[in-house]
This record gives sequence, C-alpha cells and structure tokens, in this order.
Amino acid sequence: MKIYLKIWRQKNAEAKGSMVEYTLEGVESDMSFLEMLDVLNEELISKGEEPVEFDHDCREGICGTCSLMINGRPHGPDSRITVCQLHMRSFNDGDSIVIEPWRAKAFPVIKDLIVDRTAFDRIQQAGGYISVNTSGRPVDANAIPIEKDAADASFNAATCIGCGACVAACKNASAMLFTSAKVSQFALLPQGQVEAADRVLNMVRQMDLEGFGNCTNTGACEIECPKGISLENIARMNREYLAASVKG
Amino acid sequence: MGILDSKIPSGPLADKWTKHKNEIDLVNPANKRNIDVIVVGTGLAGGSAAATLAELGYNVKTFCYQDSPRRAHSIAAQGGVNAAKNYQGDGDSVYRLFYDTVKGGDYRSREANVHRLAEVSTNIIDQCVAQGVPFAREYGGLLDNRSFGGVLVSRTFYAKGQTGQQLLLGAYAAMNRQIQRGKIKSYTRHEMLDLVLVDGKARGIIARNLVTGEIERHSAHAVVLATGGYGNLFFLSTYCMGANVMAAWKAHKRGAFFANPCFTQIHPTCIPVSGDHQSKLTLMSESLRNDGRIWVPKKIEDAQAIREGKLKPTELVEEDRDYYLERRYPAFGNLVPRDVASRAAKERCDAGYGVNKTGEAVYLDFDAAIMRYGREKALTSGMKNPDDTTVRKLGEEVVEAKYGNLFQMYEKIVDQNPYKTPMMIYPAVHYTMGGLWVDYNLMTTIPGCYAAGEANFSDHGANRLGASALMQGLADGYFVLPYTIGDYLSDDIRTGPISTETPEFDEAEKNVRERIEKLMSASGKHSVDYYHKKLGKIMWNKCGMARNAKELNEAMAEIAALREDFWANVKVTGEPNAKNQELEKAGRVADFLELGELFAMDAFDRNESCGGHFREEYQTPEGEALRDDKNYTYVSAWEYKGDPSKAKLHKEELVYENIEVKTRSYK
Repeated sequence: MKIYLKIWRQKNAEAKGSMVEYTLEGVESDMSFLEMLDVLNEELISKGEEPVEFDHDCREGICGTCSLMINGRPHGPDSRITVCQLHMRSFNDGDSIVIEPWRAKAFPVIKDLIVDRTAFDRIQQAGGYISVNTSGRPVDANAIPIEKDAADASFNAATCIGCGACVAACKNASAMLFTSAKVSQFALLPQGQVEAADRVLNMVRQMDLEGFGNCTNTGACEIECPKGISLENIARMNREYLAASVKG
Repeated sequence: MGILDSKIPSGPLADKWTKHKNEIDLVNPANKRNIDVIVVGTGLAGGSAAATLAELGYNVKTFCYQDSPRRAHSIAAQGGVNAAKNYQGDGDSVYRLFYDTVKGGDYRSREANVHRLAEVSTNIIDQCVAQGVPFAREYGGLLDNRSFGGVLVSRTFYAKGQTGQQLLLGAYAAMNRQIQRGKIKSYTRHEMLDLVLVDGKARGIIARNLVTGEIERHSAHAVVLATGGYGNLFFLSTYCMGANVMAAWKAHKRGAFFANPCFTQIHPTCIPVSGDHQSKLTLMSESLRNDGRIWVPKKIEDAQAIREGKLKPTELVEEDRDYYLERRYPAFGNLVPRDVASRAAKERCDAGYGVNKTGEAVYLDFDAAIMRYGREKALTSGMKNPDDTTVRKLGEEVVEAKYGNLFQMYEKIVDQNPYKTPMMIYPAVHYTMGGLWVDYNLMTTIPGCYAAGEANFSDHGANRLGASALMQGLADGYFVLPYTIGDYLSDDIRTGPISTETPEFDEAEKNVRERIEKLMSASGKHSVDYYHKKLGKIMWNKCGMARNAKELNEAMAEIAALREDFWANVKVTGEPNAKNQELEKAGRVADFLELGELFAMDAFDRNESCGGHFREEYQTPEGEALRDDKNYTYVSAWEYKGDPSKAKLHKEELVYENIEVKTRSYK
C-alpha cells in the first residue's frame, strides 16, 4: 500500500508546530499502525532527519500510553481499541492519514505527538485511593463478601487505562469520564464508602483546577473510549457529588 | 568462591521469616523521617515498595521512564496472582505452594525465599481487597479462583484478563496517597543512567530527565531497583517497548553480581510472528489453557495443506488431530508448566507439523469448551434437548464472559474469529527468571542496593509458574523489603542527608555524559533498531528455546562483534539536551549488547537442561530435560570484570533440606 501522511511536528513545548507531509510506500496490511510509523521513522533516520516522536509502550492496548488523533478520531477509525491495536488493514492503498496529538489545554504538547498527561495523575492523587496501610494486617479477603454484580460493575469502571481519549474526543476537553470511572470503582464497593464524600469532592476540585472543561453530555467520550467506559459513571459521579455537597 | 552470603536465617523453614522479622533491627519513626530511599521502577514491586516505605515514614523518591507510574508493564499481566488461601478447599497450603514453586522452578531456586513468598502470598489478597482491587467473584459474593499451569489446585485470583492492571492500579493508588502526603516524590519520564557508590555503599543515582535531556543527581541512603526483566534482549518479546536492563546492568558494572542470566521464560501461548515489521509479540494468557486444547494435525500432509490454505482446521476430524500435550503428559495435559509446553510446540513445528504460513504455530482450540459450557448452561437454564446451534451460542457466551478481552485482542491482531476457528499460537520470550543476585534480605552484593520483583533472581529458579510473577512483585514490595531494608538503614540514623556534591557523583555524572557523547558521535551508518533486531536474531536462534555449546560459542563471538560495530557505526539522530527517543533506545541497546554475551556465557557454562534452559546435549531419549544435580545445583552469580567476556563466575550452592529433589515429571 502507498499511504499519504500528514503529521503534526513540534520541536518542543515552546516551539510552534505545523503539519508535515510524508509519503510511505510498501505498507503491509498486517502491520500495526505504530509499526507503520516505525517504518516511516527508519526512513527518516536513514535520511538523517529526526524521527516522529510518539508515546507508546506495551503495544497491546493496556498501558494507555499511546495517544494519537487519527483523521480526527482518538485512537483512529476502529472502535474499542487503542492505536497500538489498530492495524493497517483498516486503511486502503492511496489513503491520506492525518495524525495529531491529543488537543487539550490540560494536556500540553511536549514534542511532536507526545503530550503531558500528568494532570490525570494529580486527579488520582487528590483522592483516587482507599486509605489503608499496605504493611498492616487487614481482615481476611473473604470477610468482605461483595455482590457479584457490584464487583463486576466496579471492575468495569476500573478498566480505564488513563489514555486521555475521552478528553481528546470531547469538544470541551472534559475529563469527566476519566474521573468518574475512578470515583465509581470505589463508590460501588463497600471498602470505598468511608471516604466516598471526600473523594468525589477532592477529585472533582482537582479536575477543575487542571483546566479540563465541563461535561455537556454529548457522549463522544464513551464512543471513543478504547475500554468502553460507560457514561453511567458520569451520572454516578454527579449523584455522589451532589450527595457529598449536601452533606458538606 | 565463598563470598556469596545468602544470609538465610537459621531454624526450621516455616519459622525462618517470623524469626528473622523478630530479630532484625528497626528504625524508630522519628528517625525514618531523616532517611531517604530511592526506588527505581514503579511496577508491582517498585510501586508497592515505594508506597509501603513512604507509609512507614521514609522519604521516598520514585523514578520511571513512563509518563506515569501506572503504565509500568506489570499492567499487562493477564491471568492472575497465586495465593495459598485454600478458599476452594482443594488441599492447597503454604507448603504446597512452596513445593509447586520449587518443583516448577526445576530445583534451582532458594528454599527459604520461596517459602517466605508462599507465606506472605495470603496477605497479598487481603491487602488488595482492602485497597478496592475488584477481583472476580462468585455469585455468593466470595472470591473466585482458577487453575494455572504446573499445579493441581485452584489458587489463582484474577480480574478477568486484566489482573496485572488491577493490582498495579492498586499499588499506584497506594503511591498516590503518599504522593499527596508529600512522602513520595514521583519523577516520571526519568531514566536511571548510573548508580552512585560512596564508601562502597549505594548512595544515589544519576538520572536523565527524558523531556529536557538534563542529567540529574539524586542521593539517598538506599537504592531499590525494581526495574523488571531483560527479555527485550531478544528484540521480539511480550515485554513493553521500553523495558530495559539499564538500571540492573549499571548496578552490575558497579559491583552487583548478575545471577542466572540465561534463565529465560519462553511463554507457550503468544500470537505468532506475522512479518518482518513486527515490533512486539502479544501474549494470550495462560488461563486459556484451562479451557483450550492444544493440537497440530496428526498427518504431515494435512499440516502442509493447512499452511498452503487448502485445508481449514475445522475440517479436520478428531482422529486426525494430535493433542500432543495430552498425549505426552496425561496427568497435567494442557496445563503443563510453560517451559514444557513451549518445547513441545517447538518440537512439533520443527518436525514439520506447524500450521501457519511460517510453519511456526500450533492450534489452541476452544470448540470442546464452548460445547461443554453450552450444554451446562442449557441444563441450568432449564432447556431440554437443545440443538447444537443453541448450545454453541450459549457456550460462546460463557467463554466470552471468561476470556472476552483476550479473544477480542486476538481478533484485532490476527483478523480471525477465535470463537469460530482455533487460535494460532507460538512460544515467545516473556519473562526472565535471572536477574541481580540478592541475599535473603533482597540486597545485592552492593551494600544498600536492593533488587525487587523480576529484577532479582531469587524465587523462580529455572522456570516460573504462571501467576507467580505478580505474587512475587507484591510480596517483595509490600511485605519483604519494607522489613529487611530497616535492618540496613538502622545504621544510618546518624548519617544525615547524603550530599550530591562529592567526587563520586562527579565521576558518575562524567561517565554518563561521556557515554551519551560517544553514542551521539558514532559514524551514523545504521539505526539503533538495526542493531537491536540483529541482536534479537542471534539470541533467538542460538540462545532461545534450545541451546548447544557450538552455537552458544558462536553467539558470544557474534554479539561481541556486533557490539563493536554498534559503537563505531550507530546513528543517533537529534540532540542530547532534548526529548530524544533514539538516544533513549541507543542507551538501552548498548546495555543489551553487553548482557547478551554474558547470557550466552552463562548458558554455555551450565552443562545441563533445567527449566527454561534446554541444552540439546542433555536430554533423555524421549526429549525431556536432563538435569545434572550433582554438578549444577547452584546459582551462577557473575561478577563484572571490565568486559562481559571477562566476567567471573561465583557459585551459590543450593541446599534442599525440606524438599526432595526429584526428576520433574508431569506425565
């Protein structure tokens, strides 16, 4: 396949970026999308040019590192996968592909397609945990029976990989889906009840401080989420937030 | 060769850990506030260690090359975590977990360490549930278990196919709590480039800020390396792209012995290689072997027809299929340990029975399981005489609930529907049992430098059982290191802050800068990946699933030559003082080019077959591994002497007092 690429190049956080065009031949349909970029980079290196920098690590859809906006969609045209799981068989010979970094005020560009997502870490630090000492001696695991449905729902919320596709997909660059997934994971478990009120208030406060936008319920985040994190989590977080505020 | 002191406590095996905890020195809470600890790596071992040390009151600095601690590759572990809870009442016990692990490791691990691991395994589950880790549960609300390879009980706790993710997010959450309290300072997008020793003790590191390229000095009273394994030596592996041996290798060059480098786990169930551009291999969890049956065609002409696309696997009747694991190992069947399953797959493919285009794949078939589950589901739903289509549909739903994400992952990569046609799998490099040599306290041969998780060598011998890596990482980090490190740090309560303005830090930083300069100024003929792929080929072909003296010798020479070529001709684009992924990769590959040679030397030294180390010269007439307990019941610990080829071998003799050393049989 022959592929025409338009890729965002930006030397560093301060530099002004621009779209640069490349033509790549000999692309095979069994290649992953990132392997296609590897081939491009090998070509650039052989010409003495700087390769395109992009974030990636596990290349199996679980670490949440890869983060490309492909033809205007986070993680590309396929659904329920990350970029590293996208394969070139989703494209045709002669296609043009536009590749950009996540665009959000709270995710500043570091270089080329790499953005700074430490805002997500800070939201988690604000309360995304249960305060139990690790070296202590908690009760036996089976002393806390949990209804299977609740455990499964908590697990589903907990499968968020923190990639930021929800923010990139949102016209307001809102981080509600991400934040609500963590709030939900604990809200659905008995272990999470003790700190539930403080957790939701603190995490939402931090989310706002980071400069993420508001949620206007368009649902784009849910559609683009590679892990299928449900909008129900946002509804749950809103209920938790309201209850915590009233309790205030 | 008596300089290796494993410091195993005296007394009966089952009492050693308790006794040791009671006898070691403690640091009082006020003094802990004056002591700094550096933790490199934030996976299960590093994350859990950092959180626990910070909770205890130490000032912790963590370093990871990823953009967030949560992305360490522990996150990709799928199947589960073992613990001797015996919730299933199937006869499990601490002793049995200990026994299975030592036997699974082919009698090349340290008894006392493994027993401690089995003891604390139960605490891990309690701890994780308290943290809100959403493990799989039964309808009664209690925790569910499944079975894994090499054992006859169900002791594996899991969260669908994302157990590693859930456990790591638990450790990351515990870290976050301490970051918020100011007890952990987290340095992300940072890579450790050297270890700094002062008066023979580990007192700090030199790190590179990967965003700005700045070289930084960080001091501490102790340094914990929890930097994972070195399987990326093979280029293609199930590791993440950034996994590297840099921290461990730099410690090795500063005096930490490297143990059993040749003990590598080649995992039997990975998605086969598809082409030359392949950058990484994907694991299909071992849990699939609970329900999947592994086979190849019985007739070689059928295998050929399948490879040529003239025959479909579903068209082959039962009698024409060779379920070779069930045939060779009736007692364990498809659940033999990983090393055994991998070798058996290679044996069939080498004999010409492989099933994909490259001839390097076998089938993992869920058809029987789908029908079995379907019939059960039909019965419990009150259906009488359901037709096959209904049974299949119900069965597929059950299988999807159990393994849905894995099946989806497979379909995305291979473009085939594994519910309808058997999966194709082949072994791939997955884990390294070898690593930095540590004593019972997890301290390397450098005082104050500790190694935890996959980065050390201690618990898995020559082969690791499934669901034991997560167990070991968390055991080391939550329950072992926080105790043992106090014993060492109790001598440091009057030391005060360690200065970074000393000749030792000057020297280490100078070394680091010179090395970067050298990498950037080579002739620029070939890219870093060019060398990495070449190294990977040598490793896979000559140091892979089957090894022999002749090829290992060739490998040593070829790697040394490749290393020389690399330093003369590698091309590193960009600048040193900026974000530069090529420079990051170059530094990592440079280390692999040294470790690879030591790896081959170690494999050459070990004239026996054990666990993941299979020497073709040492096998039974049936092709099973032939161990040599008389001459090789030792840990090989290599001391760096200026060049990998000059490394000096030290031996830690392994003593088995509580377990009878037998030929490992799964028949």
